[in-house]
Amino acid sequence: MSMTQPPKSDAGAQMLAGARWRWHEGLFWLAAIGLFFLFGDFIPGVPTRLMLLSEIISLGLLALSIDLVLGYAGVVTLGQGAFFGLGSYVAALMAKAGMGAFPLSDPVVGLLAAAAVSGFAGFVTSFLVLRGSDLTRLMVTLGVALILAELANQMRWLTGGADGLHGVIMGPVLGQWDFDLWGRTAYLYSLAVLFVCFWISRRIVNSPFGLSLKAIKGNALRARAIGVPVNARLVAIYTIAAAIAGVAGALLAQTTQSASPDMIAFHRSADALLILVFGGAGYLYGGLIGAGLFRVMQDVIGNITLQYWQFWLGLVLVLLVLFVRGGVIGLIEGMRDRLTRKGDAP
Amino acid sequence: MRRQILKGLAASAIALAALPALAQETVKVGLILPMTGQQASTGRQLEAGVKAYMAQHGNKVAGKTVEVIIKDDTGVADISKRLAQELVVNDKVSVLGGFGLTPIAMAVGPVATQAKVPAVIMTAATSVIVEQSPYFVRVGRTMPQMTFPIADWAAKNGIKSAVTLVSDYAPGIDAEKFFKERFEAAGGKVLDALRAPLASPDFAAFLQKAKDLKPDALFLFVPSGQGATLMKQVIDRDFAGAKIRVIATGDVTDDDLLNDMGDAVLGMVTSHDYSADHDSAENKAFVEIFKKVNNNLRPNMMAVAAYDGMDVIYRALNATKGDANGQKLVDAMKGQKWMSPRGPMEIDAATREAIPPMFIRKVERKNGELYNVEFEATGPIKDPTHK
Repeated sequence: MSMTQPPKSDAGAQMLAGARWRWHEGLFWLAAIGLFFLFGDFIPGVPTRLMLLSEIISLGLLALSIDLVLGYAGVVTLGQGAFFGLGSYVAALMAKAGMGAFPLSDPVVGLLAAAAVSGFAGFVTSFLVLRGSDLTRLMVTLGVALILAELANQMRWLTGGADGLHGVIMGPVLGQWDFDLWGRTAYLYSLAVLFVCFWISRRIVNSPFGLSLKAIKGNALRARAIGVPVNARLVAIYTIAAAIAGVAGALLAQTTQSASPDMIAFHRSADALLILVFGGAGYLYGGLIGAGLFRVMQDVIGNITLQYWQFWLGLVLVLLVLFVRGGVIGLIEGMRDRLTRKGDAP
Repeated sequence: MRRQILKGLAASAIALAALPALAQETVKVGLILPMTGQQASTGRQLEAGVKAYMAQHGNKVAGKTVEVIIKDDTGVADISKRLAQELVVNDKVSVLGGFGLTPIAMAVGPVATQAKVPAVIMTAATSVIVEQSPYFVRVGRTMPQMTFPIADWAAKNGIKSAVTLVSDYAPGIDAEKFFKERFEAAGGKVLDALRAPLASPDFAAFLQKAKDLKPDALFLFVPSGQGATLMKQVIDRDFAGAKIRVIATGDVTDDDLLNDMGDAVLGMVTSHDYSADHDSAENKAFVEIFKKVNNNLRPNMMAVAAYDGMDVIYRALNATKGDANGQKLVDAMKGQKWMSPRGPMEIDAATREAIPPMFIRKVERKNGELYNVEFEATGPIKDPTHK
């Protein structure tokens, strides 16, 4: 975006065009800010839903991190929840140790620490992921996640075991804004963090590095033949995605001021993967839109039928995945293509 | 004509002014219950217990109308916390309640404190919870309260050695710890402490090991709901033939599942505060109305905790004359004593902890159905972990 030199080649021009921000992206982020005023208890009669929206952001960010490895690099993973949970425990443990005071209980410091720890864990485990193909990768990532989840359960002295970590006191954001019952601070803070992570991810996928990831996804052997260092690239993107998943976990731990084993449990990985497929992989926005629709559906159906919402939600998801290839974004793109083709016809 | 219009306007103005006043006549109770997943049977019993209480006592107390809002905790702590926040800020509930698992209660604690709303713990049984917020009040029971009586009974009844088998999670480990502590203090010996994974309830290897150790008794604890699976495997191993007594906390012979376990569990001794067979006028009335409004379901210890939870809320509202201020309600709940279907109940005025009566029971067949028949009352036990 901040390119100073004019593009010299077609490839450069193509990449610049891909990196340009579009109007509908602006609309998306404006809408996200608008939701704050709509659901922030400013309008009488409209319920406060900012906590739900913050939860959606955290889940969406986790799905975004999966999108980086799956949607762009083509690495299937069922273990992203491990980094998410690791990040949440790091942030919560730091806040607990800091007793609400700077620097340990500062949310931003906690986020950075969570990103560092999760990123490191991602780096170390990425070498396992390099081995084998899709099925092996699923098993390896799942195995790593299960090991971490069991560690969190067993290390009672540190994590509180199955009871979860309590007594987490989060400091105010930037020393200014405390987390309130209405979730206003939580939402704006989460949204800001989401935007930063999204912006970074967007830069990454539109860079030459990102293009090489797509080449690896297309055909790893060919990519290697044209000189792409496949293993190094995969290690790098897996590490970055793990760090972002850690940030997502830290966000959830900070906004809810708690950490419990279900933050590191298998269902987080599965939910996020499902959400990504549902929203559309390989667009960056897919995870965010998927997370929003998934949670809102869960909330609406759950209010209608307390006991059987899982059945209806499952049914909707099965139908969507069956009939809407490429997720929600794929559906929208398909419709747009059809419309423009019609317009082109004489 | 004009006068009539004016009158009409005045009337509607009065009606409008009366609206907020009417709204305040309602006291909302927000319950966060496990309605889906592994704990769904617990949620069903809790909901049914609330229903039975409302059917028996109506929805009016101290001039207020009580409205209950139920949310599914989905088994996830952070979602439960969000639900609690939304219940407080959107639905303006005056009391929170429910909480199937300890982490869920723990996550809700800060919300109760911040919003100054009483939170009535019905199910979660880890002792430390009530210390997390001055607005927590427990009406269920805690792990040591359930475990001590059976350890005492074992020591007094010729059991010299025991092996413990628990689910490998916090309450299971608590049960193991409290049983060992109490049993060994009374001169017994725990030969081995076995822990089975919570996720995959296959107990075969653990049971075989327990049997090979040849203890006088095998002590069991699993979460309510897994009892049937465990007992089936226990029966297959024929512990009775090996002269090993099987003892447990009442969760294993849960009233909800007991009938399906079959005659092989006859004679099994457990300890708990509630049996559907408890012999009192209060319990007869409770079981009758419970079955009537809940499709002939048999109440278990979860149902009675929900029933008592509603009772405490009603009692507190009566004491404050309908004032739903959170601090006043909590203060009114402290030290409450009443006759519950379980027997005499009390809320400790100092710790806000339940002090339930405890019984040693034996599985027997009555009128064609299996029941936990109480044969020894050990009296109320204060939770020993609170200072």
